[in-house]
Amino acid sequence: MRFKVLTNGAERSTECAPDRSLLDVLREDFGLTGTKYGCGEGQCRACTVLIDGRPAASCLTPISSVDGMSVTTIEGLSAASRLTVVQQAFVDADAAQCGYCTAGMIVEATALLQANPSPNRGEVLDAMDGHLCRCCGYRAIVAAVELAARRTEQDDA
Amino acid sequence: MPEGFREDLFEPDRKELAEAPAYRFDLDRRGWMSAVGAGLLITAAGKITPSPGAEAATIPRSTRLHLGEDGSIVVLTGKVEVGQGSRTEILQAAAEELRVVPSRVRVMLADTAVTPDDGSTAGSRTTPSTVPVVRRACAAARELLVREAAAAWDLASSELRVEDGGAVRGRQRFTYADLARSTALNLADGDSAPRRAALTDSARWTVLGTSAVKAEARQIVTGAHRYPSDIARPGMLYGAVLRPPSYGARLEEADLAPAKTLGAVAVRDGEFVGCAAKTSHEARAAVAAVSEAARWRTAPHPSSEGLGALLKRRARTSGGGRRGPRLRESGDVDAALADAKTLEASYEIPYVQHAPLEPRAAVAEWEGRRLTVWTGTQRPFGVAEQLQEAFGLGAAETRVIVPDTGGGFGGKHTGEVAIEAARLAKAARKPVSLRWTREEEFAWAYFRPAAVFDVRAGLKGSRIVAWDFTAYNPGTAGIETPYDVENVRTRYLPCDSPLREGSYRGIGATGNNFARESFLDELAGVAGLDPLAFRLANQDDDRLAAVLQAAAKSFGWPDGTSRGEGRGAGIAAGFEKGSYIAICAQVRVANGTVEVERLVSAFECGAILNPRNLQAQVEGCVIQGLGAALSEEIRFAGGRLLNGSFSRYRVPRFRDVPPMETVLLDRPDLPSAGAGETPIIAVAPALANAVFAATGGRMRSLPLRGAAG
Repeated sequence: MRFKVLTNGAERSTECAPDRSLLDVLREDFGLTGTKYGCGEGQCRACTVLIDGRPAASCLTPISSVDGMSVTTIEGLSAASRLTVVQQAFVDADAAQCGYCTAGMIVEATALLQANPSPNRGEVLDAMDGHLCRCCGYRAIVAAVELAARRTEQDDA
Repeated sequence: MPEGFREDLFEPDRKELAEAPAYRFDLDRRGWMSAVGAGLLITAAGKITPSPGAEAATIPRSTRLHLGEDGSIVVLTGKVEVGQGSRTEILQAAAEELRVVPSRVRVMLADTAVTPDDGSTAGSRTTPSTVPVVRRACAAARELLVREAAAAWDLASSELRVEDGGAVRGRQRFTYADLARSTALNLADGDSAPRRAALTDSARWTVLGTSAVKAEARQIVTGAHRYPSDIARPGMLYGAVLRPPSYGARLEEADLAPAKTLGAVAVRDGEFVGCAAKTSHEARAAVAAVSEAARWRTAPHPSSEGLGALLKRRARTSGGGRRGPRLRESGDVDAALADAKTLEASYEIPYVQHAPLEPRAAVAEWEGRRLTVWTGTQRPFGVAEQLQEAFGLGAAETRVIVPDTGGGFGGKHTGEVAIEAARLAKAARKPVSLRWTREEEFAWAYFRPAAVFDVRAGLKGSRIVAWDFTAYNPGTAGIETPYDVENVRTRYLPCDSPLREGSYRGIGATGNNFARESFLDELAGVAGLDPLAFRLANQDDDRLAAVLQAAAKSFGWPDGTSRGEGRGAGIAAGFEKGSYIAICAQVRVANGTVEVERLVSAFECGAILNPRNLQAQVEGCVIQGLGAALSEEIRFAGGRLLNGSFSRYRVPRFRDVPPMETVLLDRPDLPSAGAGETPIIAVAPALANAVFAATGGRMRSLPLRGAAG
C-alpha cells in the first residue's frame, strides 16, 4: 500500500505493509536516521517524533495510522544551520553523553515548551520521564530543558 | 606532570576479555591519504615521515599526528567514543601540547585500516594510557616547530614562543602548515622529532583542565551524528537473525523456502539462520516465516532462583591461567583469626545487563575477499580478529570502523553482530545492516557476572587484624582490600556460569566492593565504632581518607542526616583503576521499598582534564549504580529471560534520580586516571549500609529490597 507523510514540511511517500512502523519508514525509506530505535515497545522514547505537533513513539506507530499527516523529526526542527533554542541549550548544558537518546529528548522538550513555555521542575520531569538515558545524564538533560525554558521566556519578554 | 603511571594498578579483570593483539595491517591507504592530503606524519615515538600525497607508499602504522600543508591537524587513536568523552579529551590533550585552539584539531577514532591499535576502550585506560601518548606526540611536534623556526630565522629556540599554532618572534610567525611545507627539514628515514619533549605542566594548562564542549555536540543535537545503526551504503539490505527459543537449544531443522517466497535472501550456515531484505520489516517477517517451521532440540537450563548455591556448586577450584582460581595470601590469616574476635557473612549479586540504548549494530560490505564492517564495539582490533577467524580472512582483508556508538558500559567487547552482518552480506552479495532488537540485546549479549562472597575477618579493638575474602565468580577487579590489614587471604573462584558473561562498568569491583564495604559496616558495628571512624582507623592511604572525609563533610556525617520514620544514612568507599570514590547516602525504607533521599559522592582521579565531563561521568556512573543496587536483576527460567525488556527490567529514569551532590577533588600533582567506572563501586554498599541504619536489617544481596534479610 502507498502512504503519504508530510515529513519535515516535504511530501514523502512509501509503498509498504500497513503495519510497518513509522520509525522504520523514516530511517530506511526517507534516510532520516536522527530518530533512533531503542526498544520497540515505547519504553525508552528514543524514537520520539512529532505527529501533527504532538510527541509520539514512532516505533509503536504503524505507518498506516499517519497517512496524510504531518511528521516532524529531529532533522526538521532547525532551519538551515541555526540551532533551535532547545538544541542550543542541550549543547550549552552538555546534555549528551553518547547522544543516542538526545534526539528523542529534544523533540519531547520542544513539544513541552511549545505547550508550556515556563514549566516547573515537576512538569519537566512529567514530560521527560518516559525517556531513558542509559548513560544516566538526567541532571544535565533537566538543566538543558530548564535553560531552554528560561531563554524562551527572555525572548518572549 | 609526573611520568610513570602505575601500570600495576591496571591488571585486567579476569572477566575482561583479552586485549587485542597489536596487528599491523598492510592495507591500501589511499582513502586515508586523500582525506588528509600532503603534510607531515609524526608517530608516537616521534618519528617523522613526509606524506606527499596519494602516492605515499608507506606510512607508519603508529602515526599519531598528521600536520597538513593546508594547516589541518589530525590526531589518530584506535580508541572509540561511546559517550565517555574520549574524543573531546584527546582533542584537548592535542590542542594543549600543540598550542592551538581546539577547533583546529580533528580526532580520528577507531578505524583498523588507519588508526593505531590502542587496545580495547576499556578498563578506564584512555585517560592514563592514550592521553599521555597523544600529548607526547604533540609535544614533539611543537618542539620540532620551534627547532625548524629557529633554524629558519637563525635564532636560538629559547628566543621563540609558541602560541595559536605558530612559533612566534616579534611579528614573525612559523606555523604548523609552514612546518609541513618546510623543505629545509631533513627527512632522512628515521629522522625524529625531539624525543622526550617536555609535556606542559598542569599548572600552565589552558585547554586541559577546562570544560571543553563535546566536539560532536552539534551533530548530536541536530540528528546528523551517525551511529553504527545509522550507516547506509549503496544497495544496502537490512538483516534479521533466527534466535533459538531458549538457551542451549540446538537447531535440528529449518526450511528457508518460506523466507525466499517472501522475496528475502535467506541463508543457513551451521546453526546460523538469517535473512536480508529491502527493509528490516521484511527481513523480520522472513525470519518469522522460517521460525514457524523450525525444529529445535531444547536442553535443560537452570533458573535464577537459587543462583548463589548453583554458582558455588559450579566453582572451579583447580586449573590455572585466567580461567582458573586465584589465591593470594600475606601474613598468617588463620593464626590471626584464631587470636581475634571474628565475624563472617555471605553476600550475593545477580546478573545485570548493560542495556546500552543503542543495541548491537553493524553494517558489513564485501568487495571480493575484502570485508569492511562498521560496528559499535569497544574492541575494534579484537573484532577484526574475530572476523578474520570467522571467514578465514587475512589481516589485510578486514577493516573495522567504529562510528561513535550509543553506549557501551563494558557490554560491547564482542563482535557477534559484525560476524552476523558479514555472513548475511556474503549471502546477499550486497551490504547488509543488522541491528539487534532490544529483546536480542537483553538475551544474547553478555551479562555482568552474578557472584557470591564469603567474608571473614578478625578484630582487635578497632583494628582489623585478619581478612579472609572468598569471591565466587565476580571477576578479580577490586578484589584486594584497600584497607591496611596485616593478614590477608583473597580467593577468587570462577564458576561455570549458566549465562554468558563479560565486562561491565567496574566489572568485578562492583560485587567485590559491595561485599567488602557492607562487611566493613558490620565490623564497625562489632567494634562499636561509627562506620566512618572505623574506616579511617583501618586505612593508611591519604587519598582514600580524603574522599571519605570530603563526602562526609558535604553530607554532614553523621549529624546532618535526618533520622526516624524509617530513615538512615550509610557510607562506603573504594579504590579502583587509579581513582577513589566515597559515597554517603540517606535512605527511607517504607512499605518494602528503598527510597534514596540524598546522595553525596566524592571522587578523586588525579589531575582533572575536563571538569564538566568528569562530573557527567561520575554522576552517570553513580545513577547507573543506583539501578544495579535497587532494581536491576536478570531473572531466568527454562532457558529464557523472565524480564528481558525495558518494561520488565527497570533501569534508572528521570524520577529515580535523588537529590545528589558530586564533589570532585582535583590533584594537579598526580597523573590523571579514568573516571567512567570507579564511581559505581561504592553505590550499592552505601545504600545497603543506609538501609541497615534505617531498619536494623542487613541486606546482603542485590538488588536491595525493603525487607530485612
